[in-house]
Amino acid sequence: MAQIIIKNLSKDFGNFTAVKASSFTIENGEFFMLLGPSGCGKTTTLRMIAGLELPTSGEIYIDGEDVSQKRASERDIAFVFQMFALYPHLNVRQNISYPLKSQGMPKAQIKDKVAEVAKLLGIEDILEKPVGGLSGGDRQRIALGRAIVREPKAFMMDEPLGALDAEFREHMAEELRALHDRMGTTTVYVTHDQLEAMQMGDKIVVMNHGSVEQFGVPQDIYDWPATIFVAEFIGSPPMNFLHLNGSVNAGDSTIELTGQVYEIPMMLQGCEGDIAFGVRPEHISFDPKSQYRGDIIATEYLGTTQIVTLQTQNGTLKSRIPSGELVTEGGSVGLAFDPSAITLFDKKTGSALLSEGNKGVLGDG
Amino acid sequence: MAEVILKNICKSFGSQVALSDVSLTIPDSSFVVLLGPTGAGKTTTLRLVSGLDKPDSGAILIDGIDAVTQSPAQRNVAMVFQQYSLYPHMSVRENLSFPLKSPILRTPADEIARKVDEVAETLQISHKLDNKATELSGGEMQRVSIGRALVRNPRVYLMDEPLSSLDAKLRSDLRIELKRIQASLGATMLYVTHDQTEAMTMATHVGVLDHGELAQFGTPRDIYEDPASIYVASRLGSPKINILPADLFPGAPAGAASIGLRSEHIRLGEGHEAQAVRVEHLGDQTRLHLKINDLDLTTLTEAHTKIQPGDCLKIALQSPLYFGANGERINS
Repeated sequence: MAQIIIKNLSKDFGNFTAVKASSFTIENGEFFMLLGPSGCGKTTTLRMIAGLELPTSGEIYIDGEDVSQKRASERDIAFVFQMFALYPHLNVRQNISYPLKSQGMPKAQIKDKVAEVAKLLGIEDILEKPVGGLSGGDRQRIALGRAIVREPKAFMMDEPLGALDAEFREHMAEELRALHDRMGTTTVYVTHDQLEAMQMGDKIVVMNHGSVEQFGVPQDIYDWPATIFVAEFIGSPPMNFLHLNGSVNAGDSTIELTGQVYEIPMMLQGCEGDIAFGVRPEHISFDPKSQYRGDIIATEYLGTTQIVTLQTQNGTLKSRIPSGELVTEGGSVGLAFDPSAITLFDKKTGSALLSEGNKGVLGDG
Repeated sequence: MAEVILKNICKSFGSQVALSDVSLTIPDSSFVVLLGPTGAGKTTTLRLVSGLDKPDSGAILIDGIDAVTQSPAQRNVAMVFQQYSLYPHMSVRENLSFPLKSPILRTPADEIARKVDEVAETLQISHKLDNKATELSGGEMQRVSIGRALVRNPRVYLMDEPLSSLDAKLRSDLRIELKRIQASLGATMLYVTHDQTEAMTMATHVGVLDHGELAQFGTPRDIYEDPASIYVASRLGSPKINILPADLFPGAPAGAASIGLRSEHIRLGEGHEAQAVRVEHLGDQTRLHLKINDLDLTTLTEAHTKIQPGDCLKIALQSPLYFGANGERINS
């Protein structure tokens, strides 16, 4: 069990800065997601927490102790990799026992520990089997078992489900999260899959180009993204942007889009120049009274809902509406937006403008 | 374009039966998606239509003409593979022009240039036309290989998971593009995938394959709302349809062994007791993992629900699906 504090952490590889002055806190017992596209610095951050890389500057505290320059073996952390590395010549029991044997634990105690872990993972019946003929799922469980059996302070996982196909991945994600709920060990998990991050994480840190873009609970990040990058990276389809050139002032609670005035959360910050009006697909509805029109250029049936792609004067929008609503490609509809769910962004900086809506999430800076 | 008819097609590889008595009509100008897991027979069907393989028995008619004895070239079909296959020593423009430069076609040079520009524009690769094929990213290479099929005017387009190696954003753009291109050309398309989103969003008709047999053929809405079996019902929908014993709830019709519940079949607020085990806020909606008499059930609710793990809920059913002991649908 451990709390992990990351303070101004940076890592350079030659001229390349992989991680730039990143700070965040992982609370004891959290399932914590490092999310971002490839090359954003998430794996490097994980490897620094584990001690597989040493930071160029900044500190890592595990349970209050500065471990920044300590070796991996001195940090009491278990690492689970994307490709489950098992000893092919050993059977399941021997694979799971291995870390304990090398610690010199007495045999009887090892036996108890392995039995306990096998029960937790539901692999009691395959303990005596060689690992060679086992399914991907069982191999993944064994790799986990080997990490769990040591009872480390924290687990580090680098896209452990990345190699699995979609259906099985969903199943393993649920299993992994349920396991965490039973054990409560602090877990840091790297992924590039936003849905996996939303689904499994207690908290998410979103990284891009080595920097932390946003840090918080999944629903807050989805509702109130701090930057255009986060708004586009989270959600499927992602947040839509209508582009306008003009100004908003602190105190404004409406904005004009080509003749139609829309209500927005009251602004606490102004901006002049290029502004993006951000709205999520499920917050767009069709209103015959609205003068702001969109041309329907595509509809995509998804079962319960459908995605409708619309061309407006300020850009393309994707809206998510019930599949029962009849829409015709080629037609034109008036558009309404849920006024409580709008975010405006300053396109120069890429940052969200502070409003009554997002101040609770973004207000502390 | 053309209508394609498969009649009682069988195909085995050694002792492995790949297709068993598959009959299927791909209407003219339709976008037919074959859906199924690995080994269901999707790619085999595609290869039989293209002429890369021959069926053991059965007939293939393209525009009413028996195609089984024809060579792939005579069939005039264009195929796009999952693994892009480009000429590495040629530029993008040369790769795209290549199919039109065939001496049989005698396409004038300005016509070729016009076609190539048009296709490049559609696939957003105009700025890369003079790059070497090897200087492209994976996504760009796949767009070029789709483009190479599009410059031609074949009777049928055959595509084998062409989008599966692309990233999410590009996939979603190309889904709309492919559908738009198919509709505007009035092209007949046979498209293979295991991705349910591709099947639902692009197809005019979906054929669901199960171990070499055609389990159901219909519009995406038919397949989703009116599945013929548990197998078909499990292919579409996220979260996956819940399959529970039929006697868990009152009102099951005679002969029903299982009940199939999608999120829209479950109403929260009244009825049978269930415990919330896990609550996942996915942003636009919340996924609830419930226990009902010790059985797992997953459903969706609104994004900002106050439901917490451990809460006791009540659930009632709303026109669920029933299945017999053999997995076939029973109409209630």
